[in-house]
Amino acid sequence: MRTIHGMTATATSARSDLSELGRSETALRTFLHGLPGVDQVGAEQRAAQLGTRSIKTTAKAQAIDLAIRMVDLTTLEGADTPGKVRALATKALRPDPADPSCPHVGAVCVYPSMVPYVAEVLRGSGVHLASVATAFPSGQAPLEVKLADTRAAVAAGADEIDMVINRGAFLAGRYQEVYDEIVATKEACGDAHLKVILETGELATYDNVRRASWLAMLAGGDFIKTSTGKVPVAATPPVTLVMLEAVRDFRAATGRQVGVKPAGGIKTSKDAIKYLVMVNETVGPDWLDPDWFRFGASSLLNDLLMQRTKLTTGVYSGPDYFTLD
Amino acid sequence: MSERVAVRKTYKLFIGGKFPRSESGRSYIVQDSNVVLASRKDARDAVVAARAAVKGWAGATAYNRGQILYRVAEMLEGRREQFIALGVPAAEVDAAIDRWVWYAGWSDKLPQVYGGANPVAGPYFNLSAPEPTGVVAVVAPEAPALLGLVSVIAPAIVTGNTVVVAASPAQPLPAVALAEVLATSDLPGGVVNLLTGRITETVPTLAAHMDVNAIDLTGVSDAELAAELEVKAAENLKRVLRPAAADHDWFADPGVGRMTVLLETKTVWHPKGV
Repeated sequence: MRTIHGMTATATSARSDLSELGRSETALRTFLHGLPGVDQVGAEQRAAQLGTRSIKTTAKAQAIDLAIRMVDLTTLEGADTPGKVRALATKALRPDPADPSCPHVGAVCVYPSMVPYVAEVLRGSGVHLASVATAFPSGQAPLEVKLADTRAAVAAGADEIDMVINRGAFLAGRYQEVYDEIVATKEACGDAHLKVILETGELATYDNVRRASWLAMLAGGDFIKTSTGKVPVAATPPVTLVMLEAVRDFRAATGRQVGVKPAGGIKTSKDAIKYLVMVNETVGPDWLDPDWFRFGASSLLNDLLMQRTKLTTGVYSGPDYFTLD
Repeated sequence: MSERVAVRKTYKLFIGGKFPRSESGRSYIVQDSNVVLASRKDARDAVVAARAAVKGWAGATAYNRGQILYRVAEMLEGRREQFIALGVPAAEVDAAIDRWVWYAGWSDKLPQVYGGANPVAGPYFNLSAPEPTGVVAVVAPEAPALLGLVSVIAPAIVTGNTVVVAASPAQPLPAVALAEVLATSDLPGGVVNLLTGRITETVPTLAAHMDVNAIDLTGVSDAELAAELEVKAAENLKRVLRPAAADHDWFADPGVGRMTVLLETKTVWHPKGV
């Protein structure tokens, strides 16, 4: 926050500087490689330390409800059927049918072909409809195909698009190509929010995560998301910490706030609460809102509901009392 | 040369095949040894471990379960002296070993005796098969510490259930020693989970837990507590075994009642070709 208040004339000039970066490959590379390196040991230690906070009773109840509101309830399987995604959308509206005080989730996230079925259920409910696009999960398709994929999803009713960056191009150092693809996809999204998936499990280093975060934000992404959930290494606390620092610094430099979405591998309420602690300690309460922080998850919701039931009834619940998907 | 200092044992919990300390970090002293005072969170963790073990254990063949129970008897025989040193009478150790063997024999016979073809008026094969009920919470009898414990664990697990056992608070050492026997007997982790400490602290949590399918109140001597636990157990219609009579003879032939009460009967109607 201090940085925000501290910026005046320098910030305005920085803002104009940053918007020029996308015009040349050299400028992008110079900027991204000029970002300070991530202290790997420090980031891991900080993330681990933030994971040791004890959140109990009323604070825990608040955290669980907030986490439920932040869940992007996701199903991205080849075996998805209209019936299955409809059931999932119904669950998103009322996660715990036995308790009307339970909030609805943030969004439902499905493949583009499943969007129409979900849209029917979610219309007017306030639950967002996210769709993955741009040849998810590999992103290895011609640009026209990716853009058509995006437009189709938006036309079918998605108001949030989760795109994947071209990791091949990014790792090969062709930053301009990645940048242009994000810009083009953002344009194809129209009014829909754009979440940019960095697939951090394939980026190898925290330095690359920081660069990819900045690249995605410079190109106009509304959210940066860790992973597709389709590679062995998904969201980890240190990676999310690096991304949170990036959105904090980006807002300080440009005044624009960007959201963060860790996805994949977050399965328990305990994990989710650790992430919330990290958000509060790194970027502050401005991001503690479903508009600015989301969890990409499927099994997490049931654990949150079981913990919520334990807090309200005083009795440990079991998986028998919640839906499987 | 200095004299060797003997290594003293810490008596810990047995959850999911491991020997953790209590999440609460507390302990109490029995026979000059520190014994873990389990908390309700340990009870919760034990139920999670027991639930995770149900699929593999109930899915194992009856023959395999019988072999493993027999293996427990073998390992117990090998540690006979250890139990005697803990103050368990030799005759009780022998009876406990024999009880494992007795129940081991039942593993593949119980379905034959309590299941089978039913005569029905229609063109159907009608077959009933007993199946395990799932996770069973057990309060072990206060005495005899070893034979009583074996007599409540063995009948529950031989049919494929997994158990969370609250050991006798006054005599937990034979229970923890038995856990060491179980840990070295090919019994998959989580099939038997052992909590030491106060009954009033852990068992109400187990009785109310929605992911527990049955509760055996054998070792509950306080009638008021037993009633309270039954009320808690009613929430998800747990099967309940009432407390044992104070003069119950644990050395007598146990009968099959303890096994059959923890079973569900599955009946299948199959159309018969003409």
